[in-house]
Amino acid sequence: MIHITFSWNLVADVRQMLMFRFMVNALRAGTIVAVLAGALGWFMVLRRQAFAGHTLAIVSFPGAAGAILIGASATVGYFAAAVAAALVIAAVPRSLGGRARSGESALIGTVQAFALAAGALFVSLYGGFLNGLTSLLFGSFLGISSSQVVALLVMAVLALAGLAAIGRPLFFASVDPDVAEARGIPVRLLSSLFLVLLGLAAAEVSQITGVLLVFALLVMPAATAQQITVRPALSLALTVLLGLATVWLGLGVAFYSIYPVGFFITTFGFAGYVLAASWQAANGRWRRASGRDATVAVAA
Amino acid sequence: MNPILAWHAAGLAGRIASGPLSGIADIAGQSFLRYAFLAGAAIAAASGLVGYFMVLRSQVFTGDALSHVAFTGALAALAVGADLLIGLYATCVLVALAMAALGTRGHADDTVIGSVLSWLLGLGALFLTIYTTSSTGANGTSGVNVLFGTIFGLSATQAITDSAVTLGVCVAMVVIARPLLFASLDEAVASARRVPVRALGFVYLGLVGVTAAAATQAVGALLLLGLLAAPAGAAQRLTSRPFRALWLSAGLAIFSMWSGLLIAYANPRIPPSFGILSVATGIYLIAILFGGASRRSALAGGPART
Repeated sequence: MIHITFSWNLVADVRQMLMFRFMVNALRAGTIVAVLAGALGWFMVLRRQAFAGHTLAIVSFPGAAGAILIGASATVGYFAAAVAAALVIAAVPRSLGGRARSGESALIGTVQAFALAAGALFVSLYGGFLNGLTSLLFGSFLGISSSQVVALLVMAVLALAGLAAIGRPLFFASVDPDVAEARGIPVRLLSSLFLVLLGLAAAEVSQITGVLLVFALLVMPAATAQQITVRPALSLALTVLLGLATVWLGLGVAFYSIYPVGFFITTFGFAGYVLAASWQAANGRWRRASGRDATVAVAA
Repeated sequence: MNPILAWHAAGLAGRIASGPLSGIADIAGQSFLRYAFLAGAAIAAASGLVGYFMVLRSQVFTGDALSHVAFTGALAALAVGADLLIGLYATCVLVALAMAALGTRGHADDTVIGSVLSWLLGLGALFLTIYTTSSTGANGTSGVNVLFGTIFGLSATQAITDSAVTLGVCVAMVVIARPLLFASLDEAVASARRVPVRALGFVYLGLVGVTAAAATQAVGALLLLGLLAAPAGAAQRLTSRPFRALWLSAGLAIFSMWSGLLIAYANPRIPPSFGILSVATGIYLIAILFGGASRRSALAGGPART
């Protein structure tokens, strides 16, 4: 067995890391996942749907556990569960005043808890699957095959193409739903489509990061970027870059450490967010990229 | 006490019970079942009361975050070899108060909650690794138990502590219910009338933290959100009168807890958490289908359905 040690010669370190097939695949998969999660997470944060995103990320767990239980492919389970949950959440009427909103959050919470309970049931029915359970929940970048990378890439391209197709009206509908509605933009339909895309992305990402840590890649880069700039195009690009940096750094450090990659990815992501937020606070401009600012920036 | 042994004992007990009458005698006779039913009722009552305000104040995501914090807190305690209960309560209450402090008027922004939540989960993954790699004889089971709960594995001490703490939460909720309701429904008028809105927000989130810590042992860190959200959501659908909804929420939570325990007891392959949450989700579903249209007349439909 080759002994792996960290030296301060970073070029040699990276070269050593890339000698391992699994690490190359992990970096490829991480790159795909970071771009996809960044783009969809940016819209999620803009639309303040973090709770829905978190729930969509988590429902993949019973999906995968159920699929393994009945002997189907876990990948199918991930996607089926996430899309089904997205449709359930989208079925609740939004924008009907405060009461409907609080009802919506109760529904999302119930969907999430029930999905997890179903996952617990599947795990208990399957039995003797505890090691798999930990990697299902917390992910494993190890042991990703080249064919899995191709599958990830295909799904990511499809989801990103879908997002690109609805991107402009979705942005309008997110920033100012009332005006968008008046201009004849199908706000409700766009919202449902977005939730389905978010579900697809969450299902895809959770195969790599584990169900519990998908949300980190969805929310942290986007939250950080929207702290730094209010210009939409710039902050979207920044989100993707931050996501990539977080994943690469996390993978690199985890390679030389005995601790899980999920811990490093969330820690780097959170550190970025805290830095951006404190910088923002220090500048005395504690204002989020609110819709109105963004619209002005688009017009300018 | 080894939760896994208790788990198998639960399965055995379920198999021994043949008829409903001997089943009831069994429940009264088996100490772990008695603990599960008593502590479960207290935990469910507190979750129902706390959950009602959580839904009313649109703070369900905060509850979600706290339930994940419970996981990290418990594993941190296990990793450093401290008492599990102390880890749970300390982490939940501290994070709950921090969330109240982070947001304006005791409400945190959902992006802030999301970022904190995912980082704490990452920390949980770290503690899980430290715990499973450092201590001899430990395996992934403890982590799984924290996530999904072991209500049939409660020891006498745990059951008594949990019941006492959650009953305390119930009393505190009843005491602050009226001003908290005022502050939640119309914050501006409430603060004009000198209701301490901000302090109430802190006290309330602190109580949520305590409930989360207690409920983690019963239904698990990942599932307690359902106990908070589903009965409260159903109660809000069934009646528009606040205090009636508050009591209804607590009643539905206790009903879900006991039915879920009975289901798990009757069929040992079903984890109790799943039984509890299926009943709660079922009630919520019925409330959505029948409660929205005619609020007043539908009131009788929810709790009476057995």
